[in-house]
Amino acid sequence: MVNVLDIVEDEYIHPGTRMCAGCAMALIYRFALKALGPKTILTVPASCLTVLHGMQGFCTTKLSVLHTPFATTGAAASGIVSSLEEKGLADEICVVAFAGDGGTTDIGIQALSGAAERGTNFIYACYDNEAYMNTGVQRSGSTPLGAFTATTPGGKTRPKKNMPKILEAHGIPYVATANGSYIFDLYEKFQKARDIKGTKYIHILSACPPGWGYDPKDTIKIGRLATETGFWPLYEVFNGKFILSKPSKKHLDASNRKPIEEYLIAQKRFKDIKQQDIDNYNSFIEAQWNEIKRRLENQ
Amino acid sequence: MTDLKKDYQKILASVQKPVIGEAGKTGTWSRLKPVIDLEKCIPAKSGKFSCFNCWLYCPETVVSREIPPKINLEYCKGCGICMEECPVKAISMEEVKYE
Ligand SMILES: Cc1ncc(C[n+]2csc(CCOP(=O)(O)OP(=O)(O)O)c2C)c(N)n1
Ligand code: SF4
Ligand code: SF4
Ligand code: SF4
Ligand SMILES: [Mg+2]
Repeated sequence: MVNVLDIVEDEYIHPGTRMCAGCAMALIYRFALKALGPKTILTVPASCLTVLHGMQGFCTTKLSVLHTPFATTGAAASGIVSSLEEKGLADEICVVAFAGDGGTTDIGIQALSGAAERGTNFIYACYDNEAYMNTGVQRSGSTPLGAFTATTPGGKTRPKKNMPKILEAHGIPYVATANGSYIFDLYEKFQKARDIKGTKYIHILSACPPGWGYDPKDTIKIGRLATETGFWPLYEVFNGKFILSKPSKKHLDASNRKPIEEYLIAQKRFKDIKQQDIDNYNSFIEAQWNEIKRRLENQ
Repeated sequence: MTDLKKDYQKILASVQKPVIGEAGKTGTWSRLKPVIDLEKCIPAKSGKFSCFNCWLYCPETVVSREIPPKINLEYCKGCGICMEECPVKAISMEEVKYE
């Protein structure tokens, strides 16, 4: 695994952005761009990430970014890839779509699925703060069970959509999960994805202080708990092979997983969570890890 | 008559200008700022390039990866992540005056 000195020192985002203090997405984007390097063209739909890039006239990032309407991210990326192919630059320049969970699991799923089915040579990264944050915390398909949002005042009654699995079903060469609290793992996954041909999908859990309801200083801790409880395992599916990532390996043993309550009670969005929902979390986590074990044994 | 093509190129050039402090001096967002105790800080004490958790986890890219690490308080939002993630508790959040 890379260490702190292996990471590129160049920064691609200038300080002084509009992101909230303690925003994990800003951190995730920072290291994704470092791993991708300067020969990258990005496309971004409406989201907090749009705002990070700044208002008209000035921008914060040193790379080319095409802002695209909500539903079109996958199509916009395919368009950029086609034009690069036409110019003979497709092998040199990496095309990356970066979108929120609303823009991925709900609004952009059709264009993304189309691009994946066509085998468009690009990386699609979804930073998942588990709601429509930029418009004031409305629930998305990626909001987890029991979470309070502006549109789920009693807590969400449906579980989180499993987007990495949906992308895996497209038979693309690379699907990975990541987490803003595991920077080295995230950095390596972007570096790896950059060198694979075809459609690559990386789904990154992205803690959000105002949307989740915790002190900004705790962003890394909260994100870490999602993985330490076994709720958000880190893995890759590379050419059909399932690989459990290093930070998650010890959680194969259930006794090494922290109780899910530790993660839930640290966030105000779960303050009214019912025992029944906690039970559902526990059975979900158990089933998820049984499946991981099965996959590791049968390949 | 205006030269539309030229105007368009001008707009494009301005749209694409990356600047520091696009959102203004974000250091004004918070009263409390991180202060590093160099007697505790691992690279400052050992003179070796190691740790740099404060550089690693800063979402605002305002910490430098040097010995000792420096924090650009003009843009630091005072989130406190660096304080939480410092393995030796060398960082505390204080009211400091800066230029
Ligand atoms: C077609 C369309 N519908 C609605 C909006 C308003 N809108 C802008 S950002 C946003 C939320 C995006 O949520 P998500 O993709 O999860 O990203 P986040 O803001 O959470 O980072 C919405 C609803 C829009 N810009 N375009
Ligand atoms: S609302 Fe959440 S995701 Fe959006 S800028 Fe603030 S912390 Fe980041
Ligand atoms: S995290 Fe703490 S010990 Fe490590 S470099 Fe920063 S101040 Fe020094
Ligand atoms: S308080 Fe937050 S913004 Fe300021 S240096 Fe520490 S991590 Fe960066
Ligand atoms: Mg979101």
